[in-house]
Amino acid sequence: MAKKERAEVNDIDRSMYDFRYEEKDQDFYKIQEGLTRKIVEEISDKKGDPQWMRDFRLRSLEIYNEKEIPQWGPSIEGLDMSNIVTYVKPKTKMTADWEEVPEDIKNTFEKLGIPQAERKSLAGVGAQYDSELVYHNLQKEVADKGVVYTDIESALHGPYADMIKDHFMHLVPPTDHKFAALHGAVWSGGSFVYVPKGVSVEIPLQSYFRLNAPGAGQFEHTLIIVDEGADLHFIEGCSAPKYNIANLHAGCVELFVGKNARLRYSTIENWSKNMYNLNTKRAIVEEGGTMEWVSGSFGSHVSYLYPMTILQGAHSHMDFTGVTFAGKGQNLDTGAKVVHNAPDTSSYISTRSISKDGGASTYRSSVVINNKAKNAKNSVSCQSLMLDDISRSDTIPAMDVRTQQADVGHEAKIGRISDDAVFYLMSRGISEEEARALIVSGFADSVSKELPLEYAVEMNNLIRLEMVGAIG
Amino acid sequence: MADLLKVKDLAVNVEDKEILHKISLTVNKGETHVLMGPNGAGKSTLGNALMGNPQYEITGGNILFNGQDITNDSTDKRAKLGMFLSFQNPLEVPGITLGNFIRSALQQRTGQHIRLWDFKKEMRKAMEILNMDPSYADRDLNVGFSGGEKKKAEILQLLMLKPSLAILDETDSGLDVDAVRTVSKGVEEYQKSMDGALIIITHSTRILESLKVDHTHVLVNGNIKAEGDASLVDKINNEGFEEFLK
Repeated sequence: MAKKERAEVNDIDRSMYDFRYEEKDQDFYKIQEGLTRKIVEEISDKKGDPQWMRDFRLRSLEIYNEKEIPQWGPSIEGLDMSNIVTYVKPKTKMTADWEEVPEDIKNTFEKLGIPQAERKSLAGVGAQYDSELVYHNLQKEVADKGVVYTDIESALHGPYADMIKDHFMHLVPPTDHKFAALHGAVWSGGSFVYVPKGVSVEIPLQSYFRLNAPGAGQFEHTLIIVDEGADLHFIEGCSAPKYNIANLHAGCVELFVGKNARLRYSTIENWSKNMYNLNTKRAIVEEGGTMEWVSGSFGSHVSYLYPMTILQGAHSHMDFTGVTFAGKGQNLDTGAKVVHNAPDTSSYISTRSISKDGGASTYRSSVVINNKAKNAKNSVSCQSLMLDDISRSDTIPAMDVRTQQADVGHEAKIGRISDDAVFYLMSRGISEEEARALIVSGFADSVSKELPLEYAVEMNNLIRLEMVGAIG
Repeated sequence: MADLLKVKDLAVNVEDKEILHKISLTVNKGETHVLMGPNGAGKSTLGNALMGNPQYEITGGNILFNGQDITNDSTDKRAKLGMFLSFQNPLEVPGITLGNFIRSALQQRTGQHIRLWDFKKEMRKAMEILNMDPSYADRDLNVGFSGGEKKKAEILQLLMLKPSLAILDETDSGLDVDAVRTVSKGVEEYQKSMDGALIIITHSTRILESLKVDHTHVLVNGNIKAEGDASLVDKINNEGFEEFLK
């Protein structure tokens, strides 16, 4: 019996995201609920893993069984692994032609605007439905420059097999925490990107992850290698329709930024509010490289999300810009981590969090400056906005500075919507809810400004959806 | 002619303390009223109460606008009916540009789509009257504006939204001579080309120099102590409020 979730979603119109079609059993292969050695072996068989990957999965499962559930964050008691279906495969092959994607799945992505976005503003698109990629395509001009963008499964068997083996879960080892171990055991889908030396990909690549099956988990793996002097903007989008039983997302993102390379990684996450989002993202940056994160967290019931950057080479740099919006029944624990391991490294973290209707948002961060990191600079600015008296906002920053020669700054602000500002806008004829929506969008503006236009519009629509209950 | 604004025996509390006691006031269409009084007399309280600021509690009396009782109406409804308040301290709202804000306020007031081209043309004209650099239209609402630019932006909104009654709360305070002259030019334009009625709340008389004034009210300790025509302004200008404090 699937466990009922207590937290209910607001009566707002989420129809654009909640759209779903009832999966017919004959169209899908579903593994049985729960997590056992037999299940992991079955996933490995289904996926045709090489032997090392099969061994890796089983070792990860052992680590999973040994690790404790973290006790320091929001409660994940409602998540019972014995109810989660870890692998759901649509009975279709991955294709590079939307026409070949089965009608119902294609309709879902069309409603989300993915094929349209691809035509307009993307260099390549990957679309994952439940556990497997159903579509992957890269513009010919970009492919001709030697850029690789494919699913991890294909990469495991192709010319990049060794590259995958050398990087897969090296940055986030299964021993990192319980859900990293879980990921190692049951991962499926995700994207592999390789940008060769000196190549600039002018327009972004995007992977979109859609979890449609009730009670299922999604465990996609994203591995991106940006070689020396190369440049890439990668966008990830996620959504799922609402169910009354818990769904789980435990993805893993590993990013390798080469010498003088630049990677921008943007996420708009809008999981439904029955989702446990326990995602791990990590980047390592070589000399002179730049890592930029743009992160919008709107969905899920519970989130633990702290993208981490290791500044490994001298003069490497990290920028993190994030916004989190916690509504009714949501407990979103988000933030960022950075480790300065080399001289003259710099990092800048800027976050905005909003809580409403009893939602809880926590900003949690860790800044570590090791003694090798002379002249390191770090600055953190986190601002929270609480929209009523029943919501909650916390700030938990940690700093560990091991050199005298570092410049570290922290600024935190927690506030409420100013009644005067609402009155001011209303005095011009704007309704109260519109006025509040305007102020909240303005608060998040520093983040939406960082996004490509279409996504900034989507983010503003999401804020309006939460504030006003309709997309204007 | 029907009264535009009729305030009858209005009593207003701020944080449970009565600030205004039974104020009555009538403004006809196109008239300019000046509300003067020493600091703390309740002038801004009256402006806020007329505009429906929820922090100002109306405990007695009523407000009629075009014959309609609006005493309990929300601020946005009053604005839609044709009222406007120019703020003493206009608030900074990041994330929306001055231009987009005015356009969206206009669209909400009228419920009609406004063509961008027409809107821009009209706004450029209004900005010229106010000596405002057109680039301000693309800047976030009041964010980083100087005191003078904020007040000009208020008058710009007045000219664009075209209310039938505008309450100017200390619009001239903190402005240098040139800025007062510019703001006053904008207000004059509102008077003349839109036949707009005004309640001008002020300490000083500089803003009034080029404006025709129909009525003057002197507010002291929450009561209207004296009323008169434009000459009362000159009298206060020469003699101060002393006579009314007795």
